[in-house]
Amino acid sequence: MTFTATNARPAPRRSFIAQNPSVLWFLLALAVFTLGVTLLSEATGTGFLSTSFVKTLGKTLCLCLVAIAMDVVWGYCGILSLGHMAFFGIGGYAIGMWLMYARTEIIVTRSLMAAPIPPTEQEIVDSIGTQIFGVVGSSEFPLIWSFADSLFLQLLMVIAVPGLLALVFGWLAFRSRVTGVYLSILTQAMTLALSLYLFQNDSGLRGNNGLSGLQNIPGLEEMGQATLSIVFFWASALALGMGYVMFAWVVSGKMGSVIRGIRDNEARVRFLGYPVERFKLFVFTLTAVVAAIAGALYYPQAGIINPAEIAPIASIYLAVWVAIGGRGRLYGAAIGAAFVSLLSSWFTGGGAPDINLGFYRIQWTDWWLILLGLSFVAVTLFAPKGIGGLFDLLSHRHAPDRVGDYGPDKGALRAEEGSEPEEAK
Amino acid sequence: MLRALVLSFLLLTGLIAPATAQTDLQTILQTHAAEVESPGRQSVGIVLNDLAASGLPGVAAFLEAWQGREVVRNAQDGLFYRQGRAQGNDVPLLDIATGAPAGTAPKSALTESRPNGGVRREIASALVRFQLSDPDIAKRSAAVDSIARSPDPEQVALLAESIDDEPDPALKMRKEQLALMLTARFGETTEARVEAIEALAGSLSLDVRATLNQILTTTDGVAAEAPQANIARLREPGIDMPLFTAYRELVDAGLAPPRVPPAQLKEALAQHVEGGTVAGIPLAQLSDPARREEAYQALAAQGLVAPTVPEADFNRALEAHVFYSAYAETDPAVTDAARRTLDAIQTKVGVNQTADIALDALSLASIYFLAAIGLAITFGVMGVINMAHGEFIMMGAYTGYVVQLFIPNYTLSLVVALPLAFAVTFAAGVAMERLVIRWLYHRPLETLLATFGISIALQQLAKNIFGTQARPLTSPGWLDGALVINEVIQISYIRIAIFVLALIFLGLILFALNRTRLGLEVRAVTQNPGMAASMGIDPDRINMLTFGLGSGIAGIAGVAIGLYAKVTSEMGQDYIVQSFMTVVVGGVGNVWGTLAGATLIGGLQKGIEWFNPSNTLAAQTYMILFIILFIQFRPKGIVALKGRAAGD
Repeated sequence: MTFTATNARPAPRRSFIAQNPSVLWFLLALAVFTLGVTLLSEATGTGFLSTSFVKTLGKTLCLCLVAIAMDVVWGYCGILSLGHMAFFGIGGYAIGMWLMYARTEIIVTRSLMAAPIPPTEQEIVDSIGTQIFGVVGSSEFPLIWSFADSLFLQLLMVIAVPGLLALVFGWLAFRSRVTGVYLSILTQAMTLALSLYLFQNDSGLRGNNGLSGLQNIPGLEEMGQATLSIVFFWASALALGMGYVMFAWVVSGKMGSVIRGIRDNEARVRFLGYPVERFKLFVFTLTAVVAAIAGALYYPQAGIINPAEIAPIASIYLAVWVAIGGRGRLYGAAIGAAFVSLLSSWFTGGGAPDINLGFYRIQWTDWWLILLGLSFVAVTLFAPKGIGGLFDLLSHRHAPDRVGDYGPDKGALRAEEGSEPEEAK
Repeated sequence: MLRALVLSFLLLTGLIAPATAQTDLQTILQTHAAEVESPGRQSVGIVLNDLAASGLPGVAAFLEAWQGREVVRNAQDGLFYRQGRAQGNDVPLLDIATGAPAGTAPKSALTESRPNGGVRREIASALVRFQLSDPDIAKRSAAVDSIARSPDPEQVALLAESIDDEPDPALKMRKEQLALMLTARFGETTEARVEAIEALAGSLSLDVRATLNQILTTTDGVAAEAPQANIARLREPGIDMPLFTAYRELVDAGLAPPRVPPAQLKEALAQHVEGGTVAGIPLAQLSDPARREEAYQALAAQGLVAPTVPEADFNRALEAHVFYSAYAETDPAVTDAARRTLDAIQTKVGVNQTADIALDALSLASIYFLAAIGLAITFGVMGVINMAHGEFIMMGAYTGYVVQLFIPNYTLSLVVALPLAFAVTFAAGVAMERLVIRWLYHRPLETLLATFGISIALQQLAKNIFGTQARPLTSPGWLDGALVINEVIQISYIRIAIFVLALIFLGLILFALNRTRLGLEVRAVTQNPGMAASMGIDPDRINMLTFGLGSGIAGIAGVAIGLYAKVTSEMGQDYIVQSFMTVVVGGVGNVWGTLAGATLIGGLQKGIEWFNPSNTLAAQTYMILFIILFIQFRPKGIVALKGRAAGD
């Protein structure tokens, strides 16, 4: 009897951290990085890093956060969503509406108060409308700006709008079992529809002018951009840290196993009795909301948002970052996003020296995209594990050799037999 | 009087007619020398009738000269001449009939014939009659144009006269229509006008619609009660027009005292601030509109500002009056007929516009079909997502551009460019398949990413080579212009050519897939690669050729698209998402499916654009939303494969 008891005793539960040692390392690296930047910034340190560079670093942290979200939905759940940068943009628009409204309200009220007769409420609203929408030839507030005067409600919109959109879209798509490349094309179509809609002048969001002046936070004018950049840097770092822990928790344990199971073979997980659609919907919506939060932190640092930022190509780039960083590991996505976006701004910003071949001078502003494109092909072909794969060498972790892919079931793909003689060997 | 005139006219023509057969213009003029030299409105008719009866070729030119005060009588010989530009004292003379130089004369010897306004009108209408029955069709058509440009009631009869003798059927129809339009506007009796208006019903021309709209011109008015006029409709303040605009009409009509608008009121208050108050009301309270009004009325009572109407009176005045639009045309029978006819015409125009949009949709569908058919082969048959497909389209278009740089003859260059574009993109496709895609057949999502990398590299490469500005791909001259079916329906020849090209490719691909050895092998590899391989088919070779074929067609599509759109490095981007949607909506792995998908998407886009023509962005947005919903209900597309090939 005793040995049945010992057999029945569950295996000792390993702690979350012990299961996911990368969480600790990641948080440590993030903390050191944040501290370093703080000590080197203009506002709180030696001034070695310029304010604009601190902003770039802060923005990069936001991109890391959205890349982690993308990694969860693609690398862990196998849904190659080409819509997460759209959710990122919606978050930016939602916070941008409040920033723009509140700041215009302050400016307008101040100028109207300077007149001898105090303004009526209607006059204030009218002239805010003229200020904001004059550029698209209108002065009326569209319906979607109803909550723009309240920071709390607009923050709620940052979460609610992309959340609802992802929920409805995901429910429709997963319910009718759209998977694989079809789902990618569908999400891409959604992103295109959204960006085309926002490009219209009568969309109520200033058409292709977008929202601007977002770097000025109403009520914090006296703080100065240098301090503000550090505040947002800290906020971005905090959001990244919390997002990392949350996603590490989501993809570990039993739920993580189910999610990865869906990636590797959706049909089998369904036959085991798991509600596959609900898991996918949960992951899709959660990552969409996190992407929106990242966007809401990103755009006050960027200062301007316009529909071009939502175009499908942005979402494809997001997938590129995750793939280069390494799918299926959260830190890989963060590294990929930081590495590629910083490298990209270094190359396109003219930071890289030209190469003189004698007969031709390679200017990296012209050739960077070609390099990126080709290196991306190379990573896909030769290093599917991405940069993150390098850490396997350090930790001597040997992932089982995958025969299959990192994607879901194959959608339209024909059977494998015969088509790949090199696999059969 | 009239009878006397006619009688004398008959008499004169009767007398002179035999003579005029041999006589010339000068003789006729000499017969009426006094009338010509100083014409009067009453007497000029005789001269004009004589001239008309003579049928001489120079008459129209003479009338123009006469109207333009160029006719002079030379006292030295008593003859009429046309005068040239005076040089010093001498005036060069031109023969009255032929316009040939006829010496000079001193200014003092010449008497200018100066027809007054009334006479010139007579001359003008006689001139019109001449021009309307001129033997030269260009002149007749020009006369009709000038009448259409500046319609005049007096021309109705002239025009009607000339219709019967008109030899050219097209011009005769125009004359008939123009006569109807003139009668509709200027006819003397209601019956004649209504009849003319109703006779216009079948026409689609813009002129007819403009004429009817002119009859239906309204003027806005306001009165205490609806007046006895031909009222088109009543206007509601606040619905049809803003309240303040309506009130301003009242003020302008003198029916109500003015009300100062809020902005002006505020300004007036600002000018009368005294020690923190305006008329005893503290400034802080003036953020309330009611208090502002109070303050202003107080100021007005003191005579400091112009009086204004209180809000209650403002509303009462608006309610007490009728705002209306009345037709300028007083006869309701005519306006009713015009309205009815215009409605009928609009319906007909609507039907024709629908047909026009259907043609547009068809041509858009053929463009999508051309862009997507290559993708349907690579994606549909091989299961490979090729994000660089758009860049193959771009490569084809640039090939066409480069060919035009070397071959200046546009027709010849097009003949060279089409196969060359196919060859270039075929080679590019085969190279891509060999180097990249074949390693990824079992990882479809990764082909998406790898080909995206190739796509951005190719795009940037094109930008580096050809620059960012758009390059022209000029179509040959015989493709310029449009096929005009009627005033509403027309379609440009380029679009027809693209449609024909799409049909050719549909035929070619169906033939290649269903009737050739290669097609048989492709279908075999699609259905069961393992079995196909054991039957001796080399799947590697088939994959390579299939991919090359799909890419090659993209190149040809590029030439076609480049002909009517500009060639830029980003042109592929504009088609890639639509192409994917075409393939997905149509159903993967089926040529007919792609055709159905292209038709659906092209039709949808044009159809939605029709509801809101100014906004193509909105049309695309709604189309994509529709497609997303469509996929929910038919996830496998319109034409879904059945059986094993479906891969279920």
